[in-house]
Formats: sequence, structure tokens, C-alpha cells
Amino acid sequence: MCDVCQTETATVFLTQIVDGNMQKVNLCEGCSKEKGVTDPTGFALADLLLGMGAAQSVERTASATGQRCANCGFTEAEFKKTGRLGCSACYRTFSEGLGGMLRGMHKGVRHTGKIPERLEKMLARDTEIRGLTSDLRRAVVEEQYETAAALRDKIRILEADQEAGE
Amino acid sequence: MAIRNILNKSSDWLKGEGPHHDIVVSSRVRLARNLAGAPFPGWAKKAERTAVLERIRPRVEALPEMGDAYSLACQDLTALEKQVLVERHLISREHAAKGVGSAVVMNRRQSLSIMINEEDHLRMQSIRSGLQLRAAFRAVNKVDTELEASLDFAFDPDLGYLTACPSNVGTGMRVSAMLHVPGLVLSEQINQVIQAVNKIGLAVRGLYGEGTEALGNLFQISNQTTLGEAEEGIVDRLQKVILQVIEHEQNARQTLLQRRSNTLLDHMGRSYGILKHAYSMHSKEALNLLSLAKLGCDLGFYPEEQRHAVDELFMETQPAHLQKGSQQKLAAEERDALRATIIRQKLAACPEPDVVGVLERTAKQAGSSPEEGEKKQGEGPGESAQEGLI
Repeated sequence: MCDVCQTETATVFLTQIVDGNMQKVNLCEGCSKEKGVTDPTGFALADLLLGMGAAQSVERTASATGQRCANCGFTEAEFKKTGRLGCSACYRTFSEGLGGMLRGMHKGVRHTGKIPERLEKMLARDTEIRGLTSDLRRAVVEEQYETAAALRDKIRILEADQEAGE
Repeated sequence: MAIRNILNKSSDWLKGEGPHHDIVVSSRVRLARNLAGAPFPGWAKKAERTAVLERIRPRVEALPEMGDAYSLACQDLTALEKQVLVERHLISREHAAKGVGSAVVMNRRQSLSIMINEEDHLRMQSIRSGLQLRAAFRAVNKVDTELEASLDFAFDPDLGYLTACPSNVGTGMRVSAMLHVPGLVLSEQINQVIQAVNKIGLAVRGLYGEGTEALGNLFQISNQTTLGEAEEGIVDRLQKVILQVIEHEQNARQTLLQRRSNTLLDHMGRSYGILKHAYSMHSKEALNLLSLAKLGCDLGFYPEEQRHAVDELFMETQPAHLQKGSQQKLAAEERDALRATIIRQKLAACPEPDVVGVLERTAKQAGSSPEEGEKKQGEGPGESAQEGLI
């Protein structure tokens, strides 16, 4: 099956290494001509994958569910027109379609850089609460009730901070 | 009026300082940020956009870095004033098209500029002369940290900073350097270098001109991806690649001097002749000839004092910079005439290319015998490089 039109039988099979990752794409004859695959200088598989992933996958997700961003009213049709999203909440609304697009576009799919200081605290607290909760469960199983009580109090304080957004 | 002061004072990044400033004209780092929940500028209604501007602008103006800043609303700027800011890389072309609801705040040295309601709510940019990517990053990162104390930026633990265009999501950071590489262009190695740089996921494009045409032998190298790699990693990767390009450019220049000196001298002589004696010059021609004059400064054909004049001409001969001194709008021919006049005046004190001196030094460096050195001298006569070579 052709990866681009999803209807014709694929007859052209391409493999290219981009940034050390092997990427494969299968195309029918019509699509391979249209995408300029036969021109060895003008073709980059990454571009092709990128173009394929983007608007189309968002379209598929959105039109299946008729999605509209609850926060800003943005629709998939708008994205197709401008390539820009409506607001930060759109990333959740259209997450399914965007996932593939981001994979094709970037080095990775997870942010590994700077975190706003305020969130950094919150994220660290989240991790701490999760750790303490599992400690608490173990303490209960092992019937160490004194330790469990101390852990429970600690978790309560952390959760209160979290809710206060401190 | 604030804008007059900016237009009349040249930017710090044009001073031609900093490491490798002979090849790296400038280093820039920009961060894109948005307020959580608020519609992005391109989708927001006018009232929403204005509300965002009113939330952000006072915070930006209150930054310690912006103590002596100019804060300008886009609708208060004329098309020409905006164009001057575009030519200085202080605002983007896109921002120049904005009106009510957008603004730019920049410091007096013009090394830090913050656009409000461009494609994203905030586009913060730091610009430095020479290869100073790390310093530029530190400066803009500090501003970001200061602003996030009072502004709630859209951030997702998995995707990082959320931006209007998915191509900026993650760090929201674009790091770029503008490189002057006449050696690679003259020796026809530039396409290989562009391909190699592209292959490792960095973008290269000509600074002026459309498509593959690169005027003035100026190219910009920048990161293409913003997600999956930390800021410092991106900066370091670019730094390494740029250092390699610099090395290639230096080698190309030496090869030109040693093996194709006649071609190089011909370029020097002709560019000198035209720059000093033309009465009408298109901006394309000016950029290409000024590039050769800049190379001439780097290689010692012209005295070091001339460097500043040549660097300034790159900016002063841009269309909006030319226009800003005139009361009425100039026609194309008038601009070309004015451009030629400014160049002639600015280079009035510039002596002929020191062909003999350069060839002597090259011969010495190459470790060739004195006879060979003399023979080369004979090829390039002292009076005028141009006459001697025809």
C-alpha cells in the first residue's frame, strides 16, 4: 500500500538514513513521480515524511471526530491553511495527529531542555509524592505503622503545597 | 522622538568585534514563548491580542536589561522605520507587517530586542557581533527566566514550550550565525559545505536574495529542530559546525592566495575600481562588491582602518537605510545614484589594494624561495592592480 495516497499498490520502496535513523517509505508509481522521488538531487525522504505526516494526519484525526479546540475554537481546517495552531491547549486537542508530525520534524518527541522554575518545583514535587506514596504502601504491608503515619503526614503537606500552587 | 535615535545610531552588533569576526558577522539566539491559554497572535481577535500586549509589555519594560529601552508600538512606526529595523535584524519581516496589538522593545545598544505578538506572544532575541553564540544564549535565557517569574508561559512536561508553529515547540529556540564566506564561494566549495551542514540537521540559507542566490557571500546557519535536544546541546552543536566552516573558509582563502592569486587579484582590482568610481549601483552589485572589499580587509589588501567603513556600508546601502536620510521617496535610479555616492565618499580615503605586500607575505608564509616571491611580485605591478592585470 502506498504511504502517501493510501489507495494504490506501492511499487517504489525507499530507505534513507537521516540523523542516523533509518526511515522507510513505500510509494505507488503516481505518488513517486509527483513527489519527485526519481530526481536524486531534489529529493529528501525526511521532507517527504514530514509533508505526509503533518496536515494529513491532523486532518484524519480531526475529521473523524469533528474536533474543535474547546479553549479557543480552533479547527483542523485552519491548521491546514496556516500551519499554525490556535492556542497552547490545541496541542492537547490535536495531540493524536500532531504526534506523527512532530516525530518527523524534530530530533526527538520529548522536551529535554529548560523547564520554567515554577513548574520545575511542581514536577519535582510530583515525583517526590509518587515516591513517598509507594514507600507508604510498603510500610503498611510491612505493618510499620509509625513510619506509615509519618509518610502520610509528609504527603499531605506536599499535596497541600501543590494545590496552593506554591 | 525615540525612533529617530535608533535610526541614527548603528547597532552594537555591527561593530565587527568578537571572536572570528572576520568570518562570522553576527550571532543570534531567539526564544519563542506564549502565555498559557491565551490564543496565539495569529488566531486571537484584536481585543484578545491587545489584552495580551497589555499584560506583557509592562513586564518587558520593567526588565533590568531594558532600563534604557525603546518601547515602540507597531502602529506608531512608519513603513520605512519598520524596514530599517528589519534590515538591522531587530524585528522580523512578519512583525513589520503588524499594526495595533503588536510592539517591540529593544535596548539602546540594540543587542536585545523583544517582539510582542509576532507569530508567538513573545519573541526574544539577543544579537552579538562575531561568534558569540553562548554569550547570546546566556543573555536571552536570563531575560526568559526573569519574565517567567511574573508571566505564566505555556509549557507541557513532554513537549516543552508550546509555540504557534509546531516547528518551534520544545525549546522554542533558534540559534543562528551569519557567515561571510567569499573563499568558499569563489572556490566553488560552498554547495558541498551547504550539503554537509544540511545532512546533520542544520539549515543554511543565503542571507539576501531569493532561492539559492546568496548576495554578498553571506550565509546563515541555524538549527532546524527544537524538540528532543536541550538548549546547551543545540548551541554547542552549532558552535562546532561553525568552527569547522570557518576552518574551511580560511583554507579556501589561503588556497586562492597561493594557487589562484591572479583570479583573486582580478577580483580585488575590479571591485576596487568600481566601488571607487561608479555613479550608479544596484543593491545586488553593491553587496557583491562590498563582500570583496571585506575580503580585501581580511587578507591585508586594505589597511585595517578601512574595515569599519566597509562593514558599515553593508548596512547603509540597504534600501531603507538609504531612504531614511531623504525627505521624499526616492525612485530606483535615484537610490542607485545615492548608493554609489555614499560608497565613493566612504571609501574616499581607501588606498589601492596592496598587491605587493599581500603577495610577499603569502610567499613567506608558504615558505617558498625568494626567487619565486619576486617572480610573483613581477606579476602584480605596484601602480594599479587593475591595469596590471588586464
